[in-house]
Amino acid sequence: MPEATLLANPVKKQIRIALRNCGVINPETIDEYIGKDGYFALGKVLTGLTPAEAIKVIKDSGIRGRGGAGFPTGLKWEFASKNNSDQKYVVCNADEGDPGAFMDRSILEGDPHSVLEAMALCGYCIGANTGYIYIRAEYPLAIERLKIAISQAREYGFLGNSVFGTGFDFDIHLKYGAGAFVCGEETSLIHSMEGLRGEPTLKPPFPAESGYLGKPTNVNNVETYANIPVIFLKGAAWFSGIGTEKSKGTKVFALAGKVNNVGLIEVPMGVTLREVIYEIGGGIRDGKAFKAVQTGGPSGGCLTEKDLDIPIDYENLIACGSMMGSGGMIVMDEDDCMVSIAKFFLDFSVEESCGKCSPCRIGNKRLYELLERICTGKGEMKDIDRLRNLSEVIKDTSLCGLGQSSPNPVLSTLDNFYHEYISHVEDKKCTAGVCRDLMEYFIVEDNCVGCTACARACPVGAITGERKEIHLINLEICIKCGACMEKCKFDAVILK
Amino acid sequence: MSSVKIELRKDQTDKIHTICDSFGNQEGELINVLHKSQETFGYLPAEVQELIAEKLEISAAKVYGVVTFYSFFSMTPKGEFPISICTGTACYVRGAETVLNEFKKQLEMEVGETRTDGKFSLSCLRCVGACGLAPVVQVGDKTYGRVAPDDVKGIIEEYLPAGL
Ligand SMILES: Cc1cc2nc3c(=O)[nH]c(=O)nc-3n(C[C@H](O)[C@H](O)[C@H](O)COP(=O)(O)O)c2cc1C
Ligand code: SF4
Ligand code: SF4
Ligand code: FES
Repeated sequence: MPEATLLANPVKKQIRIALRNCGVINPETIDEYIGKDGYFALGKVLTGLTPAEAIKVIKDSGIRGRGGAGFPTGLKWEFASKNNSDQKYVVCNADEGDPGAFMDRSILEGDPHSVLEAMALCGYCIGANTGYIYIRAEYPLAIERLKIAISQAREYGFLGNSVFGTGFDFDIHLKYGAGAFVCGEETSLIHSMEGLRGEPTLKPPFPAESGYLGKPTNVNNVETYANIPVIFLKGAAWFSGIGTEKSKGTKVFALAGKVNNVGLIEVPMGVTLREVIYEIGGGIRDGKAFKAVQTGGPSGGCLTEKDLDIPIDYENLIACGSMMGSGGMIVMDEDDCMVSIAKFFLDFSVEESCGKCSPCRIGNKRLYELLERICTGKGEMKDIDRLRNLSEVIKDTSLCGLGQSSPNPVLSTLDNFYHEYISHVEDKKCTAGVCRDLMEYFIVEDNCVGCTACARACPVGAITGERKEIHLINLEICIKCGACMEKCKFDAVILK
Repeated sequence: MSSVKIELRKDQTDKIHTICDSFGNQEGELINVLHKSQETFGYLPAEVQELIAEKLEISAAKVYGVVTFYSFFSMTPKGEFPISICTGTACYVRGAETVLNEFKKQLEMEVGETRTDGKFSLSCLRCVGACGLAPVVQVGDKTYGRVAPDDVKGIIEEYLPAGL
């Protein structure tokens, strides 16, 4: 697997906190991490702060979860710390399921110790002695680097019995995912850790009350953890000085799609999408027109030109009909069909629905079929209403976050690109030229030299025309196989 | 479960027993046991699942339920050259679907299948973290970036010098 591309710092818009060491240190050498103040925060907290004081630092910093929901991390730790139990667990969610994102993988591969240090800090704060990293089996390099990092940390006494000689014991083990998106949801993740099918259960009880093996468990995302040591080193005030009123610090995004520069970026909360796309991303490829940017992956929505100047933070993205999600950011241009994009995400949700509850299992399938009908020219106006109604029902009645958010790509494209749905349904046209069933093959008279190549290639004899004369496709007979277009050397056959 | 019965050799049953023992025959370690077993056998045929069920003292249905829940576990052997097409969002936006269709056409097979000669299997992946190279195709450990439908034939031929 190739290393992830970190986008260089083309302008001063980026600040590196979570990615501070990625590409800077050798992740397989603990000394290099220590050279960057690694494990200093752990030493400082264990020897200088009580758990309650340490939790206060995290609360004051204002950091919120980077795994999707944006729940305040300090508050979560406080809940877990207040639930008394003989045994508690610290879990790192490294299941990274968004199908267009690789932030967590980059952190684990580039700076695994930062996550280990943060988990030990969390263990101290909530009173846990055992940590688990639940990582996708599809990330072999990250797994390898974590194993190396864990054994080095044990050797140096940063993990194991009596960390820093303080009497605080903490150790970390790995648990492997096996390719199920829903296992990123924290209750599913816990079931999967227990060796079961990764199906979610209703919350409450939250993991902080009853998690792994029924014990209080704190689950945080990789990127959330990667921020923690820095917060202790530089202070809550420093961290909360970055970002917007309600969203502090930075966020890592995987910028991809139709922009010139693609890769991982880390920007302070509050930058605008325009800055990200045009200044960091270098604008749209091939001089095409911007159409939309999708954030939040399969749970998110598409934002348009009108949203480009809104400062990115948790609340603003939700207000525009999308969400922060884990950090996928896909830019689309005039050649992308928004109905097809909605269908793409629905296809993902259908495949990944665990099947436990019917609104998600059946409803998403029906949504997908409606979109399929529309994309193949069989849609009616009623289908558009059906899409909206069904979406609302699925959102309201699904058991877990997957079903509760899977209709978002449909709703946001309906809101922002209603005209595209209409043109698919009423005019049977896909203006972006993506939905093949809605397009037809034509021969451009000016380019046709009458070589007969297309007519000979056509399997159904749909093309007529004498040698050296302009040819014509009979659309009644044409089965849209595309053979003529492949064979024509003069670009005379077009699809529109 | 799969209809073709396979006979496990003594060394193979021993191997599974060793794997189960190494995880203390704990029910909660089922997923780890399955990972290790798949690493060893390449896939998880019914017979292997039954053996694991016996060792961990759980029902075969439970093992089967877990195996089929997770897409990483497979009940059919992979091809000698497993071909995976990334259909993550970035790759999709940059045309992964047309590349996938070309592979299906050239190999005359569907996603999830293994060719009868055991050479190739075809599957889809979601984001391999190389979005900058979208669309991405992997054959075994090798990664191909910016793949266009026209490149597909050449990629296949690399693994089949004598042609299809
Ligand atoms: C369907 C679904 C998938 C999720 N996938 C992930 C994931 O891949 N990684 C992640 O960290 N959180 C994921 N989450 C969010 C987790 O449930 C949980 O909120 C998060 O791990 C908490 O950590 P945080 O507070 O640090 O964000 C997912 C949630 C849902 C509903
Ligand atoms: S909403 Fe979907 S993924 Fe979540 S429990 Fe229901 S069926 Fe499973
Ligand atoms: S697309 Fe196929 S069927 Fe249609 S005119 Fe061309 S060759 Fe004939
Ligand atoms: S979407 Fe294909 S590599 Fe990321």
